[in-house]
Amino acid sequence: MSLKKNILALRQKKAIVEKGGGDKAIEKQVAMGKMTARDRILALLDVDSFHEYDLFVEHEERNFGMASKELAGDGVITGTGTMSGAPICIYAQDFTVMGGSLGLKHARKITKIMDHALRMKVPCIGINDSGGARIQEGIGALAGYGEIFYRNTMASGVIPQISVILGPCAGGAVYSPALTDFVFVVDNISKMFITGPSVIETVLGEKISQEDLGGARVHAEITGNAHFFAMSELECFDQIKELVSLLPSSNQQKAASIEPKKPKSKKNIENIIPADAKQPYDVREVIYALSDDSKFLEVHELWAANIVIGFGRINGETIGFVANQPIYLAGVLDCDASDKAARFIRFCDAFNIPIVTLEDMPGYLPGVDQEHAGVIRHGAKMLYAYSEATVPKITVILRKAYGGGYIAMNSRHLGADFMFAWPGAEIAVMGPEGAANIIFRKEIMEAEDEDAMRQQKVQEYIEKFANPFVAASKGYIDAVIEPSETRELLIHALEMSKNKDDYRPAKKHGIPPF
Amino acid sequence: MNKEKPEYVDFAVTARKYKTLLTKKYLNRKVWVNASPYDIQSIIPGTILSIFVKEGDVVKEGAPLLILEAMKMQNRIEMPFTARIKKINVDLGVRIPRETLMIELEPLENE
Repeated sequence: MSLKKNILALRQKKAIVEKGGGDKAIEKQVAMGKMTARDRILALLDVDSFHEYDLFVEHEERNFGMASKELAGDGVITGTGTMSGAPICIYAQDFTVMGGSLGLKHARKITKIMDHALRMKVPCIGINDSGGARIQEGIGALAGYGEIFYRNTMASGVIPQISVILGPCAGGAVYSPALTDFVFVVDNISKMFITGPSVIETVLGEKISQEDLGGARVHAEITGNAHFFAMSELECFDQIKELVSLLPSSNQQKAASIEPKKPKSKKNIENIIPADAKQPYDVREVIYALSDDSKFLEVHELWAANIVIGFGRINGETIGFVANQPIYLAGVLDCDASDKAARFIRFCDAFNIPIVTLEDMPGYLPGVDQEHAGVIRHGAKMLYAYSEATVPKITVILRKAYGGGYIAMNSRHLGADFMFAWPGAEIAVMGPEGAANIIFRKEIMEAEDEDAMRQQKVQEYIEKFANPFVAASKGYIDAVIEPSETRELLIHALEMSKNKDDYRPAKKHGIPPF
Repeated sequence: MNKEKPEYVDFAVTARKYKTLLTKKYLNRKVWVNASPYDIQSIIPGTILSIFVKEGDVVKEGAPLLILEAMKMQNRIEMPFTARIKKINVDLGVRIPRETLMIELEPLENE
């Protein structure tokens, strides 16, 4: 009898706390076009799989009138559940409870679920919707942030960490997402910045809206802080589910393989790439022609579009694709592209995902802005990432592979396991025009018709050197292949690499140029 | 996967021009200009607290030109080399952005 009473009392108590900030605050949240923290978790996880912990945690602040304040769950919901049947840890900040502000107990709930995720070796998803530090708690809030950052770093490369920005995320709070592997943003809802518009206006006199300073588009397109951009929360959740289905639950696992499927793409792979090396095409067409079911989850779609990165499957297994994109900036490498690719390569390597590199690049982007922005150290990140990676590494040279870019794009010299080239590949120290101008300078200058001689010499260079056979004659290319053979060869090469064993010298950690 | 054919532009990488699209970030990049040593620019946004010189003055290297308050710090801007003040483009109490041309100098005649 008394147990029954207790059960009823528990249900009542839970019902109150589960309401978060109460009906009025929920109404306001919905009016802003946002889902509640609880609805977000339920929408993201498998039906009926969510289990909440620390529902009754209370803050301990006694100053500034906080003693009498009851904050449901201290403004954050934490728990475990499943996504497509795979276990996952999750937390969601509740903006209806004191603006989702972060106090010490709030942070400790987050660090507790993070510790759990790391111990259980399951991915951790954090949904951020918070006005920032709970000022009343002072140093307690700062301690809380620091403890979260520390755990983000400890978990980095061990379990996949995903941040979803569904509201403001400002000041120190932004550094937790920045330390995680993937950041998701939603148009008009996500806002991220270190110092907000009001501070910027006071100090510098610069007027800017929250959206223009750190809205979803800004981070997806300009800063590169966000990896995935969606128009709505539900679209964002679909992206997260797709991503998680492609990843292993920790660095000790391999991503689950699924039933292999043939590419759906009807395009003849031989017709995708124009013969003229100066003409562009969308390299994603090549990926669609190679990946199972022609599926490809692009990461950083809008930022540094001159390089394409993302996940797909080949023969049922998750693959990381890195491909130069000739429709943007001719597919050059620059600061952002190198940065983008390097981090992705390191992610794939950490989580046992083989890397397929599709190469068609004319070189590095020339310009004072690039040199002064440090293209040397950014470009070096890519060399580092490819060299360091021990997962299977396969390169297909589709067309151009010139100079430093040829080395950087997972060349044999950086430890590629398989190097394939299509017959039209131009592997050379630089583009034929530039090379001919240097090598045949004298002949060109002394000729009666300089232009005719230049054309002749360029042609000569193309025939002699700008092809895959010089590199193949030295064994730098393993096979010159027909485009239509590519998928079968990739399947074979990946199959061959299943038990790849590759060691690096023992060290505490390397020192990549970041 | 664009339905309509995009408008490609010529884009030079070394000696060859490629047909491609430009990104917004590339189009908005800052074009480098070789700053003249006779232009005194602000290296940080801030407020002009005081001005110690006037147009036409010959000022010795190292002498203070003005105080630029930024991030609660009072930065003393000094004369980089001995020269004449040609033009002062800022007023007291005015808040200026980064890279504002504050003072223009001109060489002395006997140089």
